[in-house]
Amino acid sequence: MGEVLLEDLTKDFGEVVAVKEVNLTIHDGEFVVLLGPSGCGKTTTLRMIAGLEEITSGRILLDGRVLNDVHPRDRDIAMVFQNYALYPHMSVYKNMAFGLKMRKVDKGEIDRRVKSAAGILGIETLLGRYPGKLSGGQRQRVALGRAIVRDPRVFLFDEPLSNLDAKLRVQTRVELLKLHQHLAATSVYVTHDQVEAMTMGDRIVVMHEGVIQQVGPPMEVYQNPANQFVAGFIGSPAMNFLSATVRAEEGRIFLEGAGFRVPLPAERSGGLEGREGGEVVFGIRPEDMRLDAEGGIDGTVEIIEPVGSDIFLDLSVGGASLTARVESSVRMSQGERVRLRPDPARVHAFDPATGATLI
Amino acid sequence: MRRKTMLRLGGALISLLTVGGVVVMLLPYFWMVSSSIKTGIEVFDLPIKWIPDEIQWVNYPNALSKGAFGVYFYNSFVVAFAVMAGNLVFCTLAGYGLAKFRFRHRELCFRLILSTLMLPLEIVLVPTFLVVRELGLVNTYGGLIAPLAVDAFGVFLMRQSIRDIPDSLIEAARMDGCSEFGIFWRIILPNCKPALGALALLAFRDNWDQFLWPFIVATTDDLKTFPLGLAQMEGIDSAAYHEIMALAVLGMIPAAFIFLFFQRAFVRGITLTGLKE
Repeated sequence: MGEVLLEDLTKDFGEVVAVKEVNLTIHDGEFVVLLGPSGCGKTTTLRMIAGLEEITSGRILLDGRVLNDVHPRDRDIAMVFQNYALYPHMSVYKNMAFGLKMRKVDKGEIDRRVKSAAGILGIETLLGRYPGKLSGGQRQRVALGRAIVRDPRVFLFDEPLSNLDAKLRVQTRVELLKLHQHLAATSVYVTHDQVEAMTMGDRIVVMHEGVIQQVGPPMEVYQNPANQFVAGFIGSPAMNFLSATVRAEEGRIFLEGAGFRVPLPAERSGGLEGREGGEVVFGIRPEDMRLDAEGGIDGTVEIIEPVGSDIFLDLSVGGASLTARVESSVRMSQGERVRLRPDPARVHAFDPATGATLI
Repeated sequence: MRRKTMLRLGGALISLLTVGGVVVMLLPYFWMVSSSIKTGIEVFDLPIKWIPDEIQWVNYPNALSKGAFGVYFYNSFVVAFAVMAGNLVFCTLAGYGLAKFRFRHRELCFRLILSTLMLPLEIVLVPTFLVVRELGLVNTYGGLIAPLAVDAFGVFLMRQSIRDIPDSLIEAARMDGCSEFGIFWRIILPNCKPALGALALLAFRDNWDQFLWPFIVATTDDLKTFPLGLAQMEGIDSAAYHEIMALAVLGMIPAAFIFLFFQRAFVRGITLTGLKE
């Protein structure tokens, strides 16, 4: 078992509130990703679960047991640190065995567990080496191995891929997922990389300024963001935001602004009721538009970015900039005027004052 | 071409200056060794005869027979080793606390400790002696050792070195089930070995040579250290410079030996903290 419950979890550093009244249930065996920009409180939350940071108020429970005053060593939680935190003066074997040795586990059992974990991670040949002689990827595996041998109820990962190069990061990401499927242990993973979050998490917890913005499965968070912050943070390239006015004409609702006029289907316009004539933020993802001579967005191509499978067009729409993703077969030239039609089912609108999602 | 020649000339000049510096530094030692194997009269010969016609090895046993130098050597060893051990224990513990624990007025504490480095020995000598006397430690090993067993520079050196150890190592050890002392013993100490080596060497060298404090606190012959014995020798036979030099050579051996032994650790320890003497 390994169900983690965070209840009104708060952490302040004097005047600065790092984590504010966080409530979250992490189910047994679930892979939850805490996602957010630097300083959003995700690492502080993880460190509080680990017991490395004191809790200002609120509670952390693991399988019903309150952990607030439990020493990190007694929590049955293992952590993989961002810089791996391998003991430089110990061999890989000793690094992996250290936690078990401290818990006075029988030598034979330590040997069995270390070798088994090394087998899972494919690092049997590295056991005699010292961390200083390992590559980044190898160190990462050793750090994972050190956590695995303890067979903890919960694994915590603090941006474990951030020190790897891009190619290795993708490879390790897949391996981590396989490992999670193999171990089926509760995992809490912190990252600021939304691609990592999208690909790895059973659920994503988006945080901003110490507050949870949204919790949900990756695609749910992507398609139905709770607010403008989440909408802008998840997705690469990011969602486009344009200032718009709500217009009602002949029983239809339009979002209108400099260089665009987007009609909304009746079933999507409920959230804008009573806002006719008012300002909103119109949001549309780059992939949710297609080139169409009759489209409601009128833009001028400024930059063309071919990325192989697609082309990203940076357009100027009424003085604001907008990114659109089009097929790689499309031929465009700089300065060309184009019209785009947004997918009505994928149009978003946000309250300009609060950032709350309206549609 | 011209640039190459300039570079070559520059290199030669630097080499020349370095060799000159080495000669200037080593000359007194050479003069000391040379004088220790001359006769008393030859010591004052001008021009200086660097290698005597007849080597006077006898100066060594003669010099040693003029005082209880066995006892002085022993006392110096005891004091230097005990002070070194004290420095290793106390400076490292203090350095660890100042580097890795968050507590109120930590920086103030550190600055206060550092500020004691600015105080000349003459200023602290009398108050320290008064404390030692009140504690009844005059003419004891305790009196010779205790006031020197922790040193502000040592605290500074260890604090700087321990600061470089990532916090995550400590946190990983904490999660791995290590006790707080276990973290110090199993993680901190092995990772600051160069600094420990440098501290050990500095503490030993400084206290092997220590003259003023033993001179104040040890008045009986059985507690005198080697430098005191050497000074006493001058009092007994001020003309016997050849024998005094022989004793000086003997007195230099342990410190030189330890320096040669720990040289690499010493240089690494000092450079790691950003200080280089």
